[in-house]
Amino acid sequence: METTQLVSPYILSAVTFIYALAAVLYIFSWIFKTPVADRWATWAAVTGWAGNTAGIILRWIESYRVLESGHAPFSNLYESLIFFSWTIITLYLILERRTANRVIGAFCTPLAFLALAYASLSPNVSSRIQPLLPALQSNWLIAHVMTCFIGYAAFAIAFGVSLMYLLKSGSGDSEGAMMQKLPAPAVLDDLTHQLVVFGFLFLTIGIITGAVWANSAWGRYWGWDPKETWSLITWLIYAALLHMRLMRGWQGRRIAIMSIVGFMAVLFTYFGVNLLPGMHSYGASG
Amino acid sequence: MNQIKSVSAGYFDGVWKLFASLKLTIALLLSLAATSIVGTLIPQNQELKEYFQAFGPFLFQIFDVLDIFDMYHAWWFQLLLLMLVLNITVCSIDRLSVTWKIIFPKVPKFKASRFINNPNMKELNIHRQPDDLKSKYESVLNRFYSYTSFDRTDDGIMLFAEKGRWTRLGVYAVHLSIILLLVGGLIGSNYGFEGFVNIPEGESADQIRLRNSGKIIPLGFTIRCDDFNITHYRNGAVREWRSSLSILEDGKLVFQKDIIVNDPLRYKGINIFQSSLGELGPETSGAADVHPIKPGDDIILDITSTESGMSYRKTTIIGREVAIPEGLGTFVVTEYRPDAQFRGQVVGEAIVGIHKMDGADPVEILLPLHFPAFDKMRKGQAVFSVAEQTIEKFSPGSTPEMRYYTGLQVTNDPGVWVVYSGFMMIIAGCIITFFMSHQKMCVHIIPKEGGSIVRISGTANKNKPGMWKKVDRIADEISQLT
Ligand code: HEM
Repeated sequence: METTQLVSPYILSAVTFIYALAAVLYIFSWIFKTPVADRWATWAAVTGWAGNTAGIILRWIESYRVLESGHAPFSNLYESLIFFSWTIITLYLILERRTANRVIGAFCTPLAFLALAYASLSPNVSSRIQPLLPALQSNWLIAHVMTCFIGYAAFAIAFGVSLMYLLKSGSGDSEGAMMQKLPAPAVLDDLTHQLVVFGFLFLTIGIITGAVWANSAWGRYWGWDPKETWSLITWLIYAALLHMRLMRGWQGRRIAIMSIVGFMAVLFTYFGVNLLPGMHSYGASG
Repeated sequence: MNQIKSVSAGYFDGVWKLFASLKLTIALLLSLAATSIVGTLIPQNQELKEYFQAFGPFLFQIFDVLDIFDMYHAWWFQLLLLMLVLNITVCSIDRLSVTWKIIFPKVPKFKASRFINNPNMKELNIHRQPDDLKSKYESVLNRFYSYTSFDRTDDGIMLFAEKGRWTRLGVYAVHLSIILLLVGGLIGSNYGFEGFVNIPEGESADQIRLRNSGKIIPLGFTIRCDDFNITHYRNGAVREWRSSLSILEDGKLVFQKDIIVNDPLRYKGINIFQSSLGELGPETSGAADVHPIKPGDDIILDITSTESGMSYRKTTIIGREVAIPEGLGTFVVTEYRPDAQFRGQVVGEAIVGIHKMDGADPVEILLPLHFPAFDKMRKGQAVFSVAEQTIEKFSPGSTPEMRYYTGLQVTNDPGVWVVYSGFMMIIAGCIITFFMSHQKMCVHIIPKEGGSIVRISGTANKNKPGMWKKVDRIADEISQLT
C-alpha cells in the first residue's frame, strides 16, 4: 500500500523533467534558429511521451499488485493529471507531424510539464494507488475521464495556439526573427478552430458519459452540482465560440480571446471547483 | 382591419427575426454560462436560515426574491432556457425552409463555373479521345461518389459527381437534440420524482419520502430488504454496499435483485439505487459493542481555528460549556444521537452542539463520529470534530454484529429516454457536422489534337484541404488508367 513500493511514480517524476527539457529545447529553438535544438526537442518530447505511456501502463499493472482489485488509472487527481499531460503531448506530436512546425511545441510542452509537475511535486496531490469507492466502480467512469481529458487537451493546445495568434497579430509588421518563425495568423486561426471543434466533440461526449454514469450511480443524470455546472459553462463558452465564428467578422483575435477564456473555464472546472462548496465525488484531491 | 393585420404581422415578423438571429443565440449561450456561475458560488437548496445567517437580512431579501437559492429552477433561468428553445426552433425553421429545396433538389445541380474557375485544379494530358475516356472516368467517379451525371458543353464533356448532401442536416440534428435534452428534462421534473427510503434488514417499505418536498408517497408495491452487506478494503475504505431486495405485489414476490452502487434495480419505471447505509441504534439492534455517549461521559473535542490553523483539544461532557481560545466563543454539547441524519442522508452516530460567538447568532453544529472532517464543510471560523479515540470505538471493524439499514434512492424519470436520445443525436450530429462534408467533383474532358486535356477540380462545404487531397487522389487514379 505504500508509495515506496511503486515504480511508476518515479518514472513519471523522471518524465516531468524530460518534459521540462523538451519545453526548454522547443523555446530555445524558437528563439535561436538552431535546427539541432529542433531535432532534440522532438526527441525529448517523444522520449517523455514513451515514459508517460509506460508510467500509465505500469501504474495500471501495479494497482493489481498493490490492491485486492486493481483498476484503470483514471480514478483520482494524480492519475487524471498524468493522463492529461499524456493527451496533450500525444495531440501535440500528431500536430507537429501534420504541420511540420515546432514553434507550437514551445507553447504546448510547458502545459504538459506543468500538469505533470503539479501531479508529481505538489504536496496536495497524492500518488498513492487507492482502491475504488463504490461510486467509482463503473466503466462509465473510464469513458468519462478519457473523453473529458482528450477534450481538455485539445482545448489546452488551442489555448497555446491562440496565445501564438495574439503574439503574432500583435507584433504587426515589425519582423522580429521570433515572430517570423510563428506560423501565419490565418494558419493559427484555422488551427484554433479545428482544435476547438475536436475538443468540443470530446467535451460533449465527456459530459454525456458523466451524465449516464451519474444516472447509474445516483439515479439522476444532472444535478447542477458545481463540477457539472462548470463543465456546462465551459461547453456553452465553446458553443458560443463556434457560433461566433460563423458570423461575419468573428475570426482571428476575438476567437483567440474566446478560446483563452474557454480554457480558463476548463481550468476552473478542473481545479477551481474544489474550492467551492459542494461535493463532486471525483473532485477532491486524493 | 388591414392596418391592424399588418401591424400585428409586422410585430410577428420582428419577433420572428429576433428569434432567428444568431446574435440572440450568442447572447443566450453566454448569459446561461454567466448566470450558471452564481449557483456554483452560492450553495443551492440549503435551509433558509443558513442563508439568512450567511448573507444578512438585506442580501437575503434580494436573493430570495430572485430565487437565487434554487436558481436553476428559478423563473428567469427557465425563461432563458425557453428562449434558447425558441431560438433554436425558429432559427432551424427559418433556415431549413429556405435551404431545403437547395439542399435536396430532385436532380442535383452543378455550377460549371465553380469548377472551371477553381484555383486548386489539376490538369492532365491524355492521349485519347474524350468519348473513350468518359465511361472509364465515370466508373472511377462511381467508386467514390454516390451520384454522378455528365454534361456536354461547348468545349467538351463535364462529368460531375457528389456525395454527402445529407450531411448538411447534421447541424440541425445537433440543434434538435438540444431541444430533446431540455424537453426530456422538463418531462422528468414535472412527471417524475426523486425520493428516498431507509429499510432495515429484513423489513419492508411501500412508501418513500420525496427529496424536495419531504412528502410521503406510496410506491404501489413493496420493497423488502432481505439482506444488507458492506465489504471493506484492507485499508478500511468501503468496497461495496450490497442490498438484496425483493419486490412484492399484493404480498407475492415478483422480482428479486441484489443492488450495488452503479447497478440499480428497475421495476415498472421506478429505479432503486443503493445510495447510503445506516447503522441501527443500539436500542433497536441491541448490539453489544456500541458504546453510546451517556450524560456524564467524557467527550474529547478537537477545535481548529480557521484563521490561525491552531488546534485545541478540550474535554467536556454533555451540557458543559467550554471556552474556545482566540476569541472564538464557546461550545456546548447538547445531545448524542445514535443515528443522526444530515439532509436526508444517514450519517450514523453524532453529537450535536451549539457554538456561540460574540456578534453572531448561535449555530447548531452536527458532529458525526464517523466523519471527523465533516464540520469543515460548514466553512466556519472554528472547525469542530470529536477526537479520534472516540471514533475508534465505533469503527466498522469493531462492531461485527451491527445491524444495518439500507438507504435507497428511489426515482422515476419518464423523460430519461428523451434525454438519452438527445445524447445520441448530439454526438452523431456533431460528428456529421464536424467531420463530414458535402463534396462535389468535376472531371472536365477537353478535346485537343491527338488526345484530351483532363481538368479535375472539387468543392466541399467544409474541410477544403481534405478536398484538395481528394482531387489529387482522383487525378492519380485517372492517370493510371490506360
Ligand atoms: C446550446 C445550444 C447550441 C449548440 C450546442 C449548438 C451547436 C452548434 C454547432 C456544433 C454548430 C456547427 C458549427 C460548425 O460547423 O463549426 C452550430 C451551427 C449553427 N448554429 Fe448552433 N448550437 C446551439 C444553439 C443554436 C441556436 C439557439 C441557434 C439559433 C439561432 C443556432 C444557430 C446555428 C446556425 C445558424 C449554425 C450554422 C449552420 C450552418 O453552418 O449552416 N445554434 N451550432
